[in-house]
Amino acid sequence: MIAHAIFFYVFSIIAVVSAIMVTVSKNTVHSVFFLILDFISISCLFIMIGAEFLGMIMLIVYVGAVAVLFLFVVMMLNVTQQKNQWFISKENSNHIPIGLLISVIIFFELIIVIGGWKYKPDLFDQGNLLIVNDVSNTHSLGMVLYTDYIHIFQISGMILLIAMIGAIVLTFRQREGVKKQSYLKQISRERAEGVEVVEVASNRGVKIDD
Amino acid sequence: MIEIGLGHYLTLGAVIFSIGIIGIFLNRKNIIVILMSIELILLAVNINLVSFSMYLGDLTGQVFTLFILTVAAAEAAIGLAIIVVYYRNSGTIRVEEIDKLKG
Repeated sequence: MIAHAIFFYVFSIIAVVSAIMVTVSKNTVHSVFFLILDFISISCLFIMIGAEFLGMIMLIVYVGAVAVLFLFVVMMLNVTQQKNQWFISKENSNHIPIGLLISVIIFFELIIVIGGWKYKPDLFDQGNLLIVNDVSNTHSLGMVLYTDYIHIFQISGMILLIAMIGAIVLTFRQREGVKKQSYLKQISRERAEGVEVVEVASNRGVKIDD
Repeated sequence: MIEIGLGHYLTLGAVIFSIGIIGIFLNRKNIIVILMSIELILLAVNINLVSFSMYLGDLTGQVFTLFILTVAAAEAAIGLAIIVVYYRNSGTIRVEEIDKLKG
């Protein structure tokens, strides 16, 4: 229990500090790196609490795909060389105290809700999807995901497909002056325009490429 | 303090959620950091769902965390594609200078 507490505090302190560093760090590349650290520590917390499949999936999806995507875009767009001061002008910075106030209010609301949180015993229906202890987490998720939630699973696949198509359509552009293979031109060639049969006179030859 | 319960995880989720909201308001330099703050907020929601799921003994929270994960990945891809197109067209992604919609 002591080890559980120590690991929880270590990982959560790393997560909170790196989340703060994501928002306040002046270099955008450093922000992406702190975001990766945040995801790694949160997935360690997930594995520690017992949801090991979600922890591993978080590592694969967030650290392996999303963070690398962020890093690519940050390095491609060359935004790190732009001036990184926080407040450009005085009249643009009057939203800062309002934003801080709103987030502090939201934080204390959440704390109040957590502090007084007590679920009614009959509110939670202990029947449908119990976690069984002798089956591993991945196994039980797989049992549920492909039977009870198959429609939502397929819809999320459709969402990913639409996101992929949308990203390609948004960033695709036709450049001028790029030599490309044209399949239609290649298959619609006739024999007559490709080959010419010439009567070659004896002892004269033919001129090629005239 | 030593006994780690559900409240600790929920408090961690609340802290990260608030940091994400602060990040949206505080960062006026480029819009990528705002996207990262949105990722932080979704991460806080995931922490809440997973901790509730493990402490109440119900698997539904983890299933929904999986779907939130896919939606977050799709959102990041689309948002970054929009940012790339905007940067190609106007040469900047500073938040003050993105005012083509006159918002």
